[in-house]
Amino acid sequence: MSNDIYVVIEHIRGKVSEISYLMLAAGHQLAEGSGGELAAVLLGSNTENLASDLAAQKVLYFDASELADFTPGAYVQCLQGLLTTDAPRAIIFGHTSIGMEVASLLSVKTNLPLVNSCLSFSTDGGSLQYTSQLYGGKILAEGEIPGPSCLLTLVPGGYKAEDGQSSTPPPVTRVEVPDLSGQRITVTQYLEPESGDVDISTQELLVAVGRGIQLEDNIELAEELAEVLSGVVCASRPVVDQGWLPTTRLVGKSGFQVKPKIYLALGISGAPEHTEGIAGSDTIIAINTDPAAPIFNIAKYGIVEDIFDLVPLLTEKIEESR
Amino acid sequence: MNIVVLAKLVPDLVEELEIDDSGTALDMTWLRLIINELDDHAIEQSILLKEKTGAHVTVVAPDFEDIDDILYTASAKGADRLIKILGDYESGINNHAIARAFAPIIRELSPDLILSGVQAHDDRDGSLGALLAGYMDLPYVGYVASVAIGDGQATITKEYPGGLSAEMAVSLPAVLGIQVAEEPPRYVAVSKVRQAMKTAEIEEIDAGDFDLAGGAKVTRMFQPEVGEGATMLEGSLDDIADELVSILKELGAG
Repeated sequence: MSNDIYVVIEHIRGKVSEISYLMLAAGHQLAEGSGGELAAVLLGSNTENLASDLAAQKVLYFDASELADFTPGAYVQCLQGLLTTDAPRAIIFGHTSIGMEVASLLSVKTNLPLVNSCLSFSTDGGSLQYTSQLYGGKILAEGEIPGPSCLLTLVPGGYKAEDGQSSTPPPVTRVEVPDLSGQRITVTQYLEPESGDVDISTQELLVAVGRGIQLEDNIELAEELAEVLSGVVCASRPVVDQGWLPTTRLVGKSGFQVKPKIYLALGISGAPEHTEGIAGSDTIIAINTDPAAPIFNIAKYGIVEDIFDLVPLLTEKIEESR
Repeated sequence: MNIVVLAKLVPDLVEELEIDDSGTALDMTWLRLIINELDDHAIEQSILLKEKTGAHVTVVAPDFEDIDDILYTASAKGADRLIKILGDYESGINNHAIARAFAPIIRELSPDLILSGVQAHDDRDGSLGALLAGYMDLPYVGYVASVAIGDGQATITKEYPGGLSAEMAVSLPAVLGIQVAEEPPRYVAVSKVRQAMKTAEIEEIDAGDFDLAGGAKVTRMFQPEVGEGATMLEGSLDDIADELVSILKELGAG
C-alpha cells in the first residue's frame, strides 16, 4: 500500500495520446494531496522512447511483443499484478476506447472500486475528492475517492496537457512482464480513415448538426447556411450513426478534433464525447432549444431558439447582406 | 450460435433533470426512461447477425419501469427470447451490482456472444458490458463498430479517435461493447410491437440481493452553471438573426 498515484499512459501507433498528459496533470495534483509520488505506467514493445516527455517522477515500463498493439486482455494481465503488489492510492486511466475497458475489467479482477468519467479532483487535508461528469455533462457528482486504492477514468476538460509534459525525461524502471501467451483477442490490422472527403480538421468555419436536426432531409438547412458562409457541414455522433453524414464529418471523441475560427453548433446538446473534439475552436456559437444544454458552457454566444425557425432566416439575411 | 444482448434504460436527457432531496441522486419521480441508445445499437447488431447466421437472440434487461415496451420492441425486430431480471433497483444501484448479479444468470443461457452498449450516460462505476465480462471471466473489447462471426471467433472493428479502427480477432465466447451497429437501428411499426405483445413471452428471473461493492459514494450531485461565459442572444427571432449576422461578419465570415 502506498500514497503513490499511477497514470496508465495511452499511446497508439507510436504517439502518446493527449489524454495521457491530462492524466499526468491530474495525477500531479492528486500526488501532492496524498503525499506520494507520481508514476507513469507505460506498456508497449520497444516504446521506451515514449516516456521522454512524461511529467512523472518515475516510469514503470512493461515491454513485450504482445504489447505492441493495445489489447485489453494483455493490459489487464500486466496491470493486475502491478496494482496488487503496489496498491497505489489511485490509478488513473483515460475515459477512452483504451482506458475505459481496462479500468472496468481490472476493477473486477482486483476488487478495487472504480469512479468513472472524472472531470477534476480536489485535495483537502489528505482527503482526495473526485468530481465526475454524468448524464451527458448535465450533472456533476462529487465524493471521496475510496481508499486505500481506487481506479479512476478521466475525461478532458479539467486539466491542461502542458502541465503533464516535461522537458526532463523521467527515470524508467522495467517491470517484469507476466506470461502473455494465449491472448483471446488479437489485432489483425489497422483500418485507415476514409479519405477523399473534405478534411474537417483544417476548416475555418464549420456548421455542425446534432440530434436536434431530427431528419436526414433537414441537413439541407445546414448545407445552405454553410454555403453562404463558405463553410463545411460536420456532425455529432447520432447524425453519423444514422448514416446521414459520412464518418469523415464526425467531430468528437471517436471522430476528429477540429479547430475552426467559427463553430456553429445547431441542435447539439454538447455531450462530453462531442465537446472533446471542439475545444480548440476560436468561437463557438450554439443554437439549441434546451436552455440547460451543456453546449452553452463552452459557447461564446448562445441562442435558445428552434434551429428550424432561426437557421433559414439567418441564411436569408446573410445572403441579403452580401 | 447464442447471442445475448444486455440492455438497460436511462433517463431521457431531453427532459429536465432534477436532484432529489438527499442531494446525492437524480429525482426519478417524473423522469422518463428510454433505452440506452448504444444498447439499441447492440440489439440492432444482434438482429443483423441473426439475419446473416441464423443465430438465436436473447435480450436480457433489468426490470426498470417500461422495460416491457423495450423488450416487445426487440421481439418485433426479431429477438427470439425476452428476459427481465427482477430486483430492487432503487437505492443507489450501480453497474458492478448489476453485472455481478447478472453474470450467473447469463452464464445459464450458454451465450457464444454477449453484446451491450459500450457505455451509458449514467455509468458511474465502469462499463456494464466490461464488468459483466470480468465477472464471467470472458474476453471483452469495446467501441466496436462491426461484428462478423465464424469458426468460433468474431472479427470485429474497434474505433479509435480520428477515424482510425483496428480489426481484431476475438475468440468466443466473448463480450463486446457496441459503439455503433453496422446499420442504424431499424424502425418497427407500432402494429408489429402490439403483435409482439400478444405473442411474445417475457420471462422473469430474480436477481437476488444486490452487492454494491465496486462503486464510490456520491456526497453531492448538482447541475453545473449553464451558460457561464456565454453571451446569450435574446429578443425577437429577427433581432437575434440580425445580431448573429453582425457577429459573424465581425469574425470574418459571411
